[in-house]
Amino acid sequence: MSSLRKFGLAAVLAVLAASLFLFVAACGSPPSSSSNSSPNPAATATSASAFGGMDALITAAKKEGTLNVIALPPSWANYGEMLSAFTAKYGIKINSAQPDGSSQDEINAAKQLKGTDRAPDVFDIGSNVAIANVSMFAPYQVAEWSDIPANLKDPNGVWVSNYTGFMSIGYDAGKVPAPKTVNDLLKPAYKGAVALNGNPTQASAGFNGVVMAAMANGGGADNLAPGVDFFSKLKKAGNLLPVDPTPATIASGQTPVVIDWDYNNVAQTAANKGKLNWKTVVPANEVVAAYYNEAVNVDAPHSAAARLWEEFVYSPEGQNIWLKGAAHPVLADVMIKNGTIDKAALAALPKVVGTPVVLTQAQLATGQTYLLANWTKAVQ
Amino acid sequence: MARRAGHRGRDWPRTLVRWTILVVIGAYLLVPLLSMLEFSTRGVNSSRTAQAWAAISSYPQMLTGIAVSLELAVLTVLGMLCLLVPTMVWVHLRLPGVRRVMEFVCLLPLTIPAIVLVVGLSPVFAWLTYFFGDTPLVLAFVFVVLVLPYAYRSVDAGLRAVDIATLSEAAQGLGASWWGVLFRIVIPSIRGALLSAAVLSIALVMGEYTIASLLNYNTLQVVLYQVGLQDAPVSVAVSLAALMFGFILLFVVSSAGGRRRGAVREETPLAPLEGGLQS
Amino acid sequence: MTQGADFPLADAGALARGADDTPRPGRPGGGLKSFRPKGRHLGVVPFFVYVAIFLLWPTIIVIVGAFQNSSTGALTFSNITAVFTGSTYLQAFWGSIRLSGETAIAGGVLGALLAWAVAEGNPDGIFRRQIVAMSGVLAQFGGVMLAFAFLATFGYAGVVTLTLHRVAGVNPITSGSWIYSFTGLAVVYTFFQIPLMVLIFLPAVDGLKVEWREASDNLGGGSWAYWRYVAGPILAPAFVGGLLLLFVSAFSAYATAAALISQGSPIVPLQIRTFLTSEVVLGQANMGKALAFGMVVVVAVVMTLYAWLQRRGAKWQAK
Repeated sequence: MSSLRKFGLAAVLAVLAASLFLFVAACGSPPSSSSNSSPNPAATATSASAFGGMDALITAAKKEGTLNVIALPPSWANYGEMLSAFTAKYGIKINSAQPDGSSQDEINAAKQLKGTDRAPDVFDIGSNVAIANVSMFAPYQVAEWSDIPANLKDPNGVWVSNYTGFMSIGYDAGKVPAPKTVNDLLKPAYKGAVALNGNPTQASAGFNGVVMAAMANGGGADNLAPGVDFFSKLKKAGNLLPVDPTPATIASGQTPVVIDWDYNNVAQTAANKGKLNWKTVVPANEVVAAYYNEAVNVDAPHSAAARLWEEFVYSPEGQNIWLKGAAHPVLADVMIKNGTIDKAALAALPKVVGTPVVLTQAQLATGQTYLLANWTKAVQ
Repeated sequence: MARRAGHRGRDWPRTLVRWTILVVIGAYLLVPLLSMLEFSTRGVNSSRTAQAWAAISSYPQMLTGIAVSLELAVLTVLGMLCLLVPTMVWVHLRLPGVRRVMEFVCLLPLTIPAIVLVVGLSPVFAWLTYFFGDTPLVLAFVFVVLVLPYAYRSVDAGLRAVDIATLSEAAQGLGASWWGVLFRIVIPSIRGALLSAAVLSIALVMGEYTIASLLNYNTLQVVLYQVGLQDAPVSVAVSLAALMFGFILLFVVSSAGGRRRGAVREETPLAPLEGGLQS
Repeated sequence: MTQGADFPLADAGALARGADDTPRPGRPGGGLKSFRPKGRHLGVVPFFVYVAIFLLWPTIIVIVGAFQNSSTGALTFSNITAVFTGSTYLQAFWGSIRLSGETAIAGGVLGALLAWAVAEGNPDGIFRRQIVAMSGVLAQFGGVMLAFAFLATFGYAGVVTLTLHRVAGVNPITSGSWIYSFTGLAVVYTFFQIPLMVLIFLPAVDGLKVEWREASDNLGGGSWAYWRYVAGPILAPAFVGGLLLLFVSAFSAYATAAALISQGSPIVPLQIRTFLTSEVVLGQANMGKALAFGMVVVVAVVMTLYAWLQRRGAKWQAK
């Protein structure tokens, strides 16, 4: 190709490239589009009464017709029943995305799908991730707002605790010996057997697993370093699997030991009855509890349905569904007093020895920072 | 190039070595495939059951994922055919000097792995969703880029096998327009290469996971992974089915090409796969 | 079926031909100069604009972002320095390089042997066509599907694990978890490296003329002499080129590792995943870009080596 032709081609390409980048630089990110031409009045409602009463909320939600939820596995705290009960009661279809997602996945999805119809409407999210992302939530106070203890909700209502459990060790009694404390898991009998639910920097279950390990090794809510060291040792011993446990991995035997919330492990006992002997133990005096939190997406595509969902899960009906799933709902004490609690389910909750430790917001923040700096290195 | 017909008699050590290699390595490659079959048909107490296969339809997201991936495959092939082929023909006929540049550009997607690309793709996709709405089909835009290396090689081999230049000159001398030349002369001549490029593109799109998963779109591979977390046998069954689909597709295409073997060898559709030393 | 750009070289047979200085039929560009209108460069504009938008723009974002401070956007080397001094990142790079190197060699050798075994047979036969088609599919066998295939084989409930347990009493728990280790990842990667090498290397083996073998035999050399002095040197550039391509393929791969390993990041692509999915890390978003930039550098170096090698080896292949 002659030099003149080469020059011509190069010139054309250069002009194109230059104009492209000027265009890009000038425009930056696209204007945010919303599918609604007029703002939805439910989007700014801070309570059912502010919206015009429960009936108005129900009508508006039914008109929307759909609810997007995320990271709600059916076997987690009996969410399967929660979702179908909601749909049965109000006729609102539920799209359940990424059931195995972590709390961080929920936030990522909300950011990525912002402005679309697929964005999550509501979150069930761990405290560490919730506190870091309050700007994404809309304040909303359910009917039972005043019954919820002040330390378990944001004063404005951008997030509210919903249920808790205790960190536990679930294990296949037929394959591994029964562990009594967390440190038992370092033994050779558990080689290639232990799985932690979720990445501690992204998921509350994983995070609190580290807290439990810290408590077992001289640390605690203020000092997670022994917990991280424990998992590092576990990895080096070849006992830690780099796999997220799910009901499928438990059923197939891939993860014979699972560090997870007690309600999850207890649910697996029932799910695997007859196939595996799945047992749960909450190690004595190494008891960690943490509430998950409800939050409404500030850009929810279905604002009324989102708020109706919140009303539903905090109603006695919703709270008892969680209780049936072996989780400890936040309104349990009030409901015991009122007599609205499901007594059989309450009695079936696993027994716990020792005082549960719940991290404060400050401890969560320091713990999160420590993990972000040290977790990946420890288990690489 | 043809293999030695007369040597077999005294070459038994070589035949032995050859068959040993084929059996051993063949086993290594086949064992996982057979295991997939066994795993997906495993019933209680060592019985065989097709339950996992039947359960595929009970996962609506799986069917949606398959549909989305097939649609993406079609769109990608169309995009590749409309963008790459006319450009390549144009370069082949009119701008031979640009060939090197084009070859380099088409090799770039190999040097820039998908995992790297996806890091910088978010702003691009912000614009795409702004223009086209929230649909996974916008992934086709990026997939066209991903298939460029294979499609380019395939079409290039096809273009070089037949004397397109003379044919197009003759056609233009007889009054055909540029589009006439393209559609009535060039494309019929490189049909095999186009078919091969299309098949490779389909295979690539059906198997793409990186970009789809990190951008939160539910294509087949993403759904396979999600379902696999809950129900491994179903995912294994679908994986095996996809693999068989690909194999049949490639085998049929290669057999179709084989029948035309009377002509120049490079025209056969699998030529880009096997390569050939003469052009 | 394919990892797409993860294992991008199923078409590598043609790629292995590399430099296209070989003569071809017809005269490109047509003959008459009058058929070359002045504005003909505009014909390639749509293509280049498209590539600029969907390939170059994201790449530039990555490269520039690697040198920018995440919160302020100011130019800085801190991300790059962090990659070179952070032990986690260095370990990940080393892990990636080691994994790619080992599987390239393993897959390269085994694939070359298989290619030879296939080339020995009838070039038009069904057997060879089946193998080539199977290689084409397996080489592009997607990451997620490959992970499931190996879980079905070597996982806790996998066929081989269970058989070993039944036959040799091997403990399934430990024998079912090795697949998540580095060795396990290497075995999985080798699975598609072999067919990839077959596709790359087969044309080179095909190019060994019968006459050369006969000549070598007639001159009194046996098999060893043939391979050592005739076929070896001819095949060497193609073989090494194949190894380089296999290296790039494994290095860029993401999907298989992502599907097998959900916690921990022993290789660079998984590290990048952490940065993409964990946005809690404020002020560090561009670290992911720095890692990506590192990957591009490594791959570019290998591809340059490959291009140079192809140019050198082209003279043998032109015959």
